[in-house]
Amino acid sequence: MGHLIPPSIMPYVLPVLYAVVIVAVLPLLAGYIVLMERKVMADMQARLGPMRVGPHGLLQPIADAVKLLLKEDIIPDKADRLMFWFAPLVSVTMALLAYSALAIGPAFQIADLNIGLLFILAVSSLGIYGIVLGGWASNSHYSLLGALRSAAQLVSYETAAGLGLISVLLLAGSLSMKDIVQAQSDQGVWFGFSVPFGFFIYLVGSIAETNRAPCDLPEAESELVAGYMTEYSGFRWSLYFLAEYANMIIVAGIATTLFLGGWLRPGARYHEHIPGTGIEWLDALPALLTLGVALYSLKLAPQQPVKIQKIVMGLVAVLCLGIAGILAGALFAPAGVMQGIHGAFWFMAKVFAYIYAFLWIRFTFPRYRFDQLMRLGWRFLIPLALVNVIGVGVAIVLRQQFAWGPIVSLIPTTLATLGVAMLLAKDDAPVSEAQTADGE
Amino acid sequence: MRCSWVNVDPAMPSQYIPILIYALLAAAFPAVTLIVFKFIRPDMKPNGAKLEPYECGVPPEGNARGRYSVRFYMVAILFVIFDVETIFLFPWAIKYGQLGVYGLVTMLVFLGILLIGYVWLYRKGALDWV
Repeated sequence: MGHLIPPSIMPYVLPVLYAVVIVAVLPLLAGYIVLMERKVMADMQARLGPMRVGPHGLLQPIADAVKLLLKEDIIPDKADRLMFWFAPLVSVTMALLAYSALAIGPAFQIADLNIGLLFILAVSSLGIYGIVLGGWASNSHYSLLGALRSAAQLVSYETAAGLGLISVLLLAGSLSMKDIVQAQSDQGVWFGFSVPFGFFIYLVGSIAETNRAPCDLPEAESELVAGYMTEYSGFRWSLYFLAEYANMIIVAGIATTLFLGGWLRPGARYHEHIPGTGIEWLDALPALLTLGVALYSLKLAPQQPVKIQKIVMGLVAVLCLGIAGILAGALFAPAGVMQGIHGAFWFMAKVFAYIYAFLWIRFTFPRYRFDQLMRLGWRFLIPLALVNVIGVGVAIVLRQQFAWGPIVSLIPTTLATLGVAMLLAKDDAPVSEAQTADGE
Repeated sequence: MRCSWVNVDPAMPSQYIPILIYALLAAAFPAVTLIVFKFIRPDMKPNGAKLEPYECGVPPEGNARGRYSVRFYMVAILFVIFDVETIFLFPWAIKYGQLGVYGLVTMLVFLGILLIGYVWLYRKGALDWV
């Protein structure tokens, strides 16, 4: 068997295999995040949400995908055909490409670049070309305005979010995604706790960068119909949609890696063992959780109204049981395998927690007006981020000079940044009343 | 020595080869799906109104690619300044642990100049809508 693969190609087999898996799985994952969004929205509005296609709407994303693939493909008469064709592809390709440096657990990464974070930021901001080109190519007023707004919003918040990330880089001292997580492991604290303002700035910045409510001005339905994708329909439209959700996972992945400890297990210092075994309680938690989900879906299966729904629910239970089996089996595997599998579990759990926060914010806050949004970015977040970077810099020097602990030295910084934040917010308040939006 | 080129070329770190393959895959996936399903989905049945740009049912008003607010240019200019500044901060942040007080003072001067510019912009009202 060993002769089938030449040794010089050997190191590339796993990354390429992994790349194929990402390209295959990501559209599915995006579809299921849409379902999650609809279900969470329904829950927050005291409704049921999708219930018909599959048990509890579990097959809805697949039905949607089939529908979108088979829909009539319309290109408006006056549109620039080449650009109209090309633009969604740019968006999707760039959104997918950003995954190449993301480390989903210590084992799953296409390439551990030493400039990993910079690569992700650079590639994912190229996706904006897709939006601008698409809006311009459509030759519709709504599309053009949506694209312009999107461009303005993305570049504004990219700066703020980038400055928010720099406060973490000061602490981590590396751009490699693996090294950043390792630094959090070494220092014994997730950077989200060390630099809460960096996290806050990145959270707001990432919502705006992914065009999510309350910052979804580029596609504000009440003003711009659907913004830059007004003229898109069918599969081309779904490509934009895929890019948006892929970008959501990317920003959640960046936030997880930089602020939430990446694939590190929560409670890393808690080492209580299950009596009679060498297994820690918290290591057993992932397997127990998925087992719980499996048992719950098994309980739900007979309650489904239609036979096919019962079968699908049973399959879901089997799937969860399989995952629980893998997670449990990993406990007895060599340490490297165990860390790889459990790391991926914790990473995805944190990513989904972050996405849940996105949804929660979406269904809680009303949409900003465009001038308010730009003011928030330029007059609040950017100065705050600058102050935060300087504060963290001072704290690190103090720590080096006086050998203070990592948390102690950052508390004054955080308090000072909080003071600046309140000052900026106070300074801004009367302006928002005096100014009214006078259109584009 | 088969495929030795993968390891030899010093200008191309071998880490980027999987990324290159992945980039091709990522670009091929939407394009191939788009082309393949062209043979399955129904043909476009064009008629006048369907191919017009959507303007809420009213006949479209003029060419869309007209003028737009100068403020968008303003954002673009400001973005260049602040994003370049962010890029300058990246290498500084990476090496900050070794630079110590010297690194802090250098960057305070750099950010100080930038902050003066920011305050000037603020006073001038360049950030009012922006």
